[in-house]
Amino acid sequence: MDYFLMLISAIFVNNILLAQYLGNCPFLGCSKEKGVAFGMGAAVIFVAVMATAFTWIMQKWVLEPYGLGYLQTLVFILVIAALVQFVEMFLKKMVPPLYKALGIFLPLITTNCAVLGIAILVQRKEFGLGMSLYYSFVASLGFTLALMLMAGIRERLIIARLPKSLQGTSIGLVMAGLMSLTFFAFKGMIG
Amino acid sequence: MILQSLLVMLGLGLACSAVLAVASKLLAVEEDPRVEAVLEALPGANCGGCGFAGCESYAAAAVNDPNVPADRCCAGGADTAAKVAALTGKAAGSAEPMVAFRRCAKTEGNVKKLYDYQGVPSCAAAKQLGSPDACAYSCIGLGDCMRACPFDAMYMAHGMVHVNRDKCTACGNCVRTCPNGIMEIVPQAARVMVLCSSQDKGKAVTDVCDAGCISCMKCVKECPAKCVKLEGGVIRIDHAACIAYGPECQEVCAEKCPRSILRRLGATAQAAPQEKQEEAA
Repeated sequence: MDYFLMLISAIFVNNILLAQYLGNCPFLGCSKEKGVAFGMGAAVIFVAVMATAFTWIMQKWVLEPYGLGYLQTLVFILVIAALVQFVEMFLKKMVPPLYKALGIFLPLITTNCAVLGIAILVQRKEFGLGMSLYYSFVASLGFTLALMLMAGIRERLIIARLPKSLQGTSIGLVMAGLMSLTFFAFKGMIG
Repeated sequence: MILQSLLVMLGLGLACSAVLAVASKLLAVEEDPRVEAVLEALPGANCGGCGFAGCESYAAAAVNDPNVPADRCCAGGADTAAKVAALTGKAAGSAEPMVAFRRCAKTEGNVKKLYDYQGVPSCAAAKQLGSPDACAYSCIGLGDCMRACPFDAMYMAHGMVHVNRDKCTACGNCVRTCPNGIMEIVPQAARVMVLCSSQDKGKAVTDVCDAGCISCMKCVKECPAKCVKLEGGVIRIDHAACIAYGPECQEVCAEKCPRSILRRLGATAQAAPQEKQEEAA
């Protein structure tokens, strides 16, 4: 039951993008087409889970035992950036089809605050390794959902009659605000 | 504390760099440097005029596939063809400069509107309801081709599209986009052209347009080089054969056309059709 509640909480109540406002750059940059949005979402899920695993290990085996908790942000960023670079090289060599699908998004996610945010959040909530991985997975699912919704809306906005000043990113930002307001309806659903 | 943090970050940084350096050697992917070089030589517009998905696809194909010619890039023109040919070791063909041409004279022909279209401002959308003009084959004029042009070579005026010959690279995007198929790629040196895409004949055309081609076939009969044909309901001119035949015929097809819709182009004779429309409109 706990897992199901966490799923609902991470995707709807505390959506990493619409409720916690992390990861807005790809939200506006990659949300013009559903295909691209899905690719970006998948890449974020992939990177977030791996990043959480590595940073959790760093925190529990290196930072805490040696009293280096204050270096958390710096160390996490360094580890995540190096990890994403490694993953990109690995995919390019070992799994070319996956590289062709996700590859272009990987440099965009290197210092995405959603990925770093999830890594730090699981530390704040003091999850074990298994729970951390599950949380990072469902939080990124929430990210993907928000991105897909935005892409669906923006695809229709392309053919709508909009004033010149509102076309493109402007109306995207207005939509983002409205979407965030909509997701506020879920607040307080789960404690 | 400062020393401790500095040492930790330094150590971690060194460790990560070492791992990445080793990985870059072990996980290195062999890439043909020629593909990179060809990509540099291409204009990078990703217009799709070569028939490939983008400049990167064409670069890879030109290097790896011996059957792909080196002069497919129409945006780059002859210079790019020469560079690509030099890099890939292929022969550069003669890239005859081409340009897009609008086969429609609806403004001149006073084609009326069937209904006032209010909807998504796109030709493809208007076509779904049936062309808003009395002539079903006319230029709908909502600018799909203009927006598809990667070189900003088209503009709308008097309800029709106009092509800027200097900017047009004949990439073919407008031809593919137009739902009525009124755009055609012709050589820049083309001598004559028919300004009509109507597949109707005789009265059906004269009822809706004062200028349209009635498919009387006079031009087909008059041409001494036999390069004018009626194909798919419209007059098609084999421009290569026409240019090859030379000015000897004095464009008799244009002389004999009863509707004056088959016209001379270029500096040789009268004003270019686009300009003629400007005067008429």
